[in-house]
Formats: sequence, C-alpha cells, structure tokens
Amino acid sequence: MPNEHRPEIGSTIVIEKAALNSILSRLREKGYETVGPRVKNDTLVYAAIERLDDLPHGYITEQEAGHFRLVNTGHSRYFDAIPGAQSWKQFLFPSRIELFSLRQNSNHWETSSPQSKTPAYAFIGVRACELAAIQIQDNIFMRPDFNDPIYRARREHVFILSVDCMNPAGTCFCASMGTGPRVKAGFDLNLTELEDVFLLTIGSEIARDLLKGIPSEPASAFLLRNADQALERAASQMGRTLDTSNLPELVLNNLDHPHWQEVGSRCLSCTNCTQVCPTCFCWDAVDQMSLDGKETRRERVWDSCFNPGYSYQAGGNTRPTIRSRYRQWLSHKLGTWKQQNGTLGCVGCGRCITWCPVGIDLTKEIPMLQEEAH
Amino acid sequence: MVAQQIARPVAIHPDHLLQPQWAEVLSITHEINDVSTYWIKFTDPAIQKAYTFQPGQFNMIYMPGFGESAISICSDPNDHTKIGHSVRFVGNVTNAIGRLKVGDTVGLRGPFGTYWPVKELEGKDVLIACGGIGLPPLRPAIYHILRNREKYGKVILLYGARTPADLMYTNEFDEWRKANIDVEITVDRGDSNWSGRVGVVPMWFYQFRIDPRKTAVLTCGPEIMIRFVIYEALARRVPLESIFVSLERNMKCGQGSCGHCQLGPYFICKDGPVFRFDALQPFFNVEEF
Repeated sequence: MPNEHRPEIGSTIVIEKAALNSILSRLREKGYETVGPRVKNDTLVYAAIERLDDLPHGYITEQEAGHFRLVNTGHSRYFDAIPGAQSWKQFLFPSRIELFSLRQNSNHWETSSPQSKTPAYAFIGVRACELAAIQIQDNIFMRPDFNDPIYRARREHVFILSVDCMNPAGTCFCASMGTGPRVKAGFDLNLTELEDVFLLTIGSEIARDLLKGIPSEPASAFLLRNADQALERAASQMGRTLDTSNLPELVLNNLDHPHWQEVGSRCLSCTNCTQVCPTCFCWDAVDQMSLDGKETRRERVWDSCFNPGYSYQAGGNTRPTIRSRYRQWLSHKLGTWKQQNGTLGCVGCGRCITWCPVGIDLTKEIPMLQEEAH
Repeated sequence: MVAQQIARPVAIHPDHLLQPQWAEVLSITHEINDVSTYWIKFTDPAIQKAYTFQPGQFNMIYMPGFGESAISICSDPNDHTKIGHSVRFVGNVTNAIGRLKVGDTVGLRGPFGTYWPVKELEGKDVLIACGGIGLPPLRPAIYHILRNREKYGKVILLYGARTPADLMYTNEFDEWRKANIDVEITVDRGDSNWSGRVGVVPMWFYQFRIDPRKTAVLTCGPEIMIRFVIYEALARRVPLESIFVSLERNMKCGQGSCGHCQLGPYFICKDGPVFRFDALQPFFNVEEF
C-alpha cells in the first residue's frame, strides 16, 4: 500500500491486519503496557498482549443467562469474541490496591505511601459498551468536587484502541442502551474489523503520531459502506433488548412492587453481577494489620451492595433482605444513577446476565415492573 | 433546598485517598454508660488553625488496624482549640476508640456533609426533637443558638433517652434553660428517682403549641423516632420545607465515592447527613431502602 499521506484526526484509513503488530510494538516502545482480550485457561480474559496472534483469533463466545462458553469456530477475525467476566475496570479501579501503610512509633503512627509507579496501559479492543462504561466511571471518580487520585492517575495515561462490535452475543443489549455497537467517541484509535483488513479511525494526536510510517491508505467508500452494513446487522442481532423509554421512572415509581420479592427469592446475593459490571464502583477500605499490631496496611477493595455488611451500621442492617439488596442494585443502575450522574448506570454489556449463577436477567425483570401488582 | 456551600474539608489529603491527619486526645469526658466524649486537637497546628466546621457536620475517625467511623462533631463551632466527638462504643472501631487514653493519637478526616441551616432559621421558632445519641450532632446547633439567642423565637429542646442514666449532657441543661431554651426531657422507662416525663419523644409533641408557619423542626435519633417526629410535625401542619433531619448510614469515604451510604439518589455523606425533609419524602416510606 502507498504511504504518502498523514491522516487527519477524524479520518479513517485502511491497514493490513498484520500492521497492527507494528502499532502494538510502537505502543510498547512508548512505555505502554498493551493489554487486550486473550484466551487463558480456556476462558477469555484481559491480559498483556504483544502480538496480533495473542488475540482470540477464530474464537467466539456463546453467552446466555448463566451460561458462557468460549468456542473456536476457526473464523478469520481477531475481535469477534465478546468479552468474558473481566472488564477494563480492573485496570483503572483495581480490585485491591494499597492506599498507605502505617508503622507505630511510640504513641504516633508514621505514614508511608505506596511507591509503585502508575502503570500506563494501552487498552486494545475496547468495545463501545465498555467505552461508555469507562466514561460513566470517569464521572464517578473524577467529579469537580472529588478526584480519586488512583483512578485519575491511571486514566490520564490510558491509550484506548476501541473496536466496533460486529458479532454481539446472546446477552448483549447495547443497542437498547444507546451505547453501541458502533464506537462514537472517546478513543485514540478505533478499529473496525473487516474480513481482510482493519479500518482505523484516528481519534487523537497520539494515535496520529503512532501511525507515522505505517503503510495505510484512506478507506474507500466501498469499505466504509461494508463496515456500516456490518454494524447495522450487528445492531439488529442483539440477543436482548430493553425498553428504556420509561426509565428511570418505571423503577423509581415501583419500589414497593411485589416483583422485587420474586427476584429476591431467586437471587443468591453472590455479588457476581456487581463484580463483572463495568460501571459498578462501590469500594471498601480495610486494614491488614501485623500480628503485633505495630504495622498496618490500608487497602481499597471492591465492595458490593449485595454484601450484607455493605449497609451494616450501629443501628443494624439497612437492607437485611436479598429483596432490598437486589432492588438497591437495579434501582441504582436504572434509576437513581440518572439523578446522580446524568446517565443510567447500565451500558447493556450483558455481563450481569451471563455471570449470574441462577440466570437472573434484568431485561426480563424490568418489564415485570409494568405488570399490575396482584 | 438551596444547595449548601460545603467548604472543602481541611483535614484530607487531596492526593492520597483516605490518608488521615493526626490528632491528639486532649481529654476524655465520661458521659453515660457506653458513651464518652473525646476532645482532640490536630498535631499539626496549621491544620488546627484552619479547621472549622458547621453544626451537624461529621468527621471520619480512623483507628489504625481497625478502620474508620463517621462521628458527628458535638462541640462548639466557635471553639478553635479543640474538637469534641461523643462516641458510643458499639462496633470494632468505636470499641477501639473506647480504649484510647489521653495523649494517644487518632487519624481524622473532615469535616464532611451538610449542616443544620442555623442561619436560615433566624427569626423562627425552633423545635429540636432528638433521642439517645441523636443529641450530640445537635449540640453545636444549640451552642450557636445560645450565642445568638436574640435572633431566634421560641426554642424547645425535646430530648429523650431509654432511662434516666442514658441522658447525656445533663449538667448543661440549666445553662440552656437560663438562656430561655425550653429543655424538655423524657425517658422510655423511669427509675425510682425519676419524677419527670415517661414516654417516647414524639408522644410529647401535643404539649407544645407550635406555630407551623414559623416553626422549624430539627430532628436526629433512631430512625423509628425520626419517623414519628415527622408524622407529629406534619400533623401540626409544619411544612415539609421546615423539617430538617439528620440521617445515619454506613459510611466509608465521606466524599460520595464508595457508595455505602446511598439513599435513593443521595450519598448521605455528601448530600446529607442533614436533609430538608421534602428531599427525603419520596423514599421515606419505602421499606429497607
């Protein structure tokens, strides 16, 4: 391919698939840890990747309520496997991280902050729903009146290579939530995978620099139309739909609906949905104390509104029943989140449905709130 | 409710999440069986100097190895030499606080949260209805009223506890009465020496002729008491906008980030603990919400 032009921000170019190897190695040369979807222990995780071949080439994932299988169908695409339980949340908002350590010195405590360097990640293969989730967490952790220093430091360094989602899974409903399958904004580079080539849309100056010298040409109208058609097909192939026209009111006007009790009787309160959810942000702080009581390490860990201790206080537990805990989770996601942050807290990725051990499916539960109580 | 201007907490580390400032225990006042007041001062004089709070705000007190507890400030906002916290020993952290001695060090972050709108209430009658450990967060408001007594109309403190031995700050009641605050005390169960009122706080409302057009109700205490105080106030046609409630939830961060203290759309640590009741009403009758 000829190499005479430097594409502008906003323009779309076409590269050979193998050229992604150069992009990955350039990112690493610039100090990024390149992470992306990878098959490990027979499942799909987000882990370090170095080459195109590390991606789940030929795989898809089969997803249904309480069901996940990684299947190699031998197809020729790298980005067709819809992610598993992991999300990018684990890199920006780690599930366990040291806040500070203390050592007792006579009657006072000496503080030391963790010395580890903030990692600079390049996320390879962020789907539209996941990008929306990152933007939602940005609003949580980087508010005008509160900045989470851990999240911010990591977030500011992230390079995002997003991908348009061509092959949604059975539990996907991003089209209903208005977050996908097409990536709209917030990326450095957006990749659209066609049968033989990658289309790359340039979203930042960093990405533009990165592409210097990599053989490319402007994407032809034919290829762009191919991509559009594939994305329209993907949007119509969502395994799930959710009518959001009456949200959040439907949830907030039905807090006493008997259906909460019905879901509560099936829910195990296992916290799986909150751990896999890419927008769930609740955290706890715990002390790890040495046996002699002279040293302690304070850590931040993920918490969940399904944990009984979550709302435990001197007067007792605010939400002692699973019914009230499930209602808290869903009425936050699809209700009060809007008032807190201006958007709903659900992006339609379907993880909570896939990873629920009893297959509770919010796209089935929400419509039940419309049924008259009897 | 007009959004309150909450000053950025002085005693926090903007760059290190949850890292506390350190404070020394100056003295400990035994209050009742399971409550003591800890008078503390920041070890860093610059922070002590810069630290101010509004009546009704709280601090996160950190006991290394145990964790943090949200404790409301019970001292006079005008006293810049020390900060008081009345602590009931009920869980891991508060029992660890109970083992503190004078001269020991605690971690502290704050102040956090909304406050009693004492300025907005000038010119009004004030009915303070509280129970048990609900009095400490109201004491700074009482001190403010005492200092500006002429700016308020009739002021009633209706305070209840389980037994006479559970009544706090009793040695100050005379002084408050002298300043023309009507201090009315009730207990759930009397003892052989008790000749005062017996009964829960809300049941004594009928004794006070309150003018709903100019009375503000401030309430804090067990949630069940708060609920019935509100019923009684509403029954006397006190508007929703004149009722102020301080709520309690499990709190970890104090900054509306960790999620624990949510009540509907609110994070009680930053949108509360003090709410004007019209903001709470939609969720008030939802069980276990």
